[in-house]
Amino acid sequence: MDRYELRFGGVGGQGVILAGTILAEAAVIYDGLYAVQSPTYTAQVRGGATKVDVIIGKTPIIYPRATAIDFFLALAQRSYDVFHHQLKEGGLLLVDSTLVSRVDEDRYRVYRVPITDLAEREIGRVVVVNTISLGLTVAMTKVVSRKAIEQAVMARAPRGTEEMNMKALQLGFAKAEEMGFAPEETKAEEAV
Amino acid sequence: MDKKIQLWEGNHLVAEAAIRAGCRFFAGYPITPSSEVAEYMAWKLPQVGGTFIQMEDEIASMGAIIGASLAGVKSMTATSGPGFSLKQENLGFACIAEIPVVILNVMRGGPSTGLPTHPSQMDVMQARWGTHGDHWIIAIAPAYMDEIFRGTVRAFNLAEKYRVPVIILLDEILGHMHEGYEIPDDFEIIDRAKPDVPPEEYFPYDDSKGDVPPLAPFFTGYRYNVTGLNHDKSGFPTTNPELIQRDMERQRRKLYANLDDILWYDEYKLDDAEIGLVAFGSMGRSAQVAVDLAREQGIKAGLFRPITLWPFPEEKVQQLAEQVDTILVPEMNLGQLILEVERCVHGKANVEGVNKVGGLPIEPPEILEAIKARI
Repeated sequence: MDRYELRFGGVGGQGVILAGTILAEAAVIYDGLYAVQSPTYTAQVRGGATKVDVIIGKTPIIYPRATAIDFFLALAQRSYDVFHHQLKEGGLLLVDSTLVSRVDEDRYRVYRVPITDLAEREIGRVVVVNTISLGLTVAMTKVVSRKAIEQAVMARAPRGTEEMNMKALQLGFAKAEEMGFAPEETKAEEAV
Repeated sequence: MDKKIQLWEGNHLVAEAAIRAGCRFFAGYPITPSSEVAEYMAWKLPQVGGTFIQMEDEIASMGAIIGASLAGVKSMTATSGPGFSLKQENLGFACIAEIPVVILNVMRGGPSTGLPTHPSQMDVMQARWGTHGDHWIIAIAPAYMDEIFRGTVRAFNLAEKYRVPVIILLDEILGHMHEGYEIPDDFEIIDRAKPDVPPEEYFPYDDSKGDVPPLAPFFTGYRYNVTGLNHDKSGFPTTNPELIQRDMERQRRKLYANLDDILWYDEYKLDDAEIGLVAFGSMGRSAQVAVDLAREQGIKAGLFRPITLWPFPEEKVQQLAEQVDTILVPEMNLGQLILEVERCVHGKANVEGVNKVGGLPIEPPEILEAIKARI
């Protein structure tokens, strides 16, 4: 596939835009791909519906916004409601089941992971919701290599949080494998 | 793995390019979606011996960069629609006093407070005619990271070369998007001409040696008057009609006799085009994809993308009107650039708009539908 479109939707404060930046950095800096990160947010600092589009490809990205989305991550019900429409029929939908319940089951391939719950329970900090999400996203789509996302997360992790973020990322990888997504060695259909 | 490639935000890239072009003074007042420029300048300028100052408002910011430029320092400010409105009074001062400054306007929805976090292209005409009175300015509207970088460097170069305010127009999409980019080192830097006469023989508006008189930096022994009133060559006010006529014509001529140097544009698949698109900024990117989508369906579409919006690349649009029957102008407003296109086309082709103002961009499939509706 020449162009792979992802969208992360949440509410202001969850870190979805930063997650999009890190994914695009993994693609551009560490995997040598082309990528664009394009955010949308409201005037509310906390709580407004927020999304970020990340488009990754082997050739330059001309139009910088997603129009036919392959993978959608919903970290809030409101963001799902507002932003899911451009997800392709049969596209991958990953929802944080702690916060999102109503989705279009028949239209998308739906995967539910209690991401916020996992962050609190397994890592002890809800702030790593976006890092766990990145682990899940990369393991499910293989849009960038695991090594690239690890390097990108480490480059962005504030000093003293490296270990926590790496653990959160690995937790995301593990949860995706539990849902049947193959480890990295076998290329899945979604790979760029 | 090439470590030199970084993921750049459009706004940050403008700021970095400005510093590489020699900008050492930034005054501003933060406003979405341009605040990241101020943020970056506040971090980076002190590291290179420059000065960042957050002023009390946009009016003062514009005044501060004019003052800094008169002291010989390349200066810029950054804002969005509401702030751009406030800057207009002092922008006019920079025009009549011929002070090189660079103003970035990251366009959001308007008028007034409008849509702070959403894109628009509603300030096309304001960039040209926002301040009152006859005046001549340059406005550059980049669409890609390389154009954002080189366009910003070019904005400073043109400001310095022609002693004129230069406006950079981005929109929220381009200001906030991130994309991989490697900063080049193959760019030219132009500094303003300085006087080659001693202070007692210097006149700041003496056009005897050309349309762009040398500008002496303040505090170097050169003393002269700077005013918003029409002035003679010494800079002191005059109401002499002949002098004013001559001076205003020179200010126009210094840009319009140098269009080959100033104009910048891109053409995409225009050679055999039967239907033309004219679009700029982020909508230029959307239109380029629409051209490809149309060609996949056997429709020979092509794109003319002005990067210099003011002065407008008039002749190129006139040529396009000779070639195609229909020209579509997709823009995130209800019809601004189209007015300039219509003026140039002068009835030689049908000119129609593709417009959207709700804060959402016009997507390539929407432009494709507009193309198909005219075939």
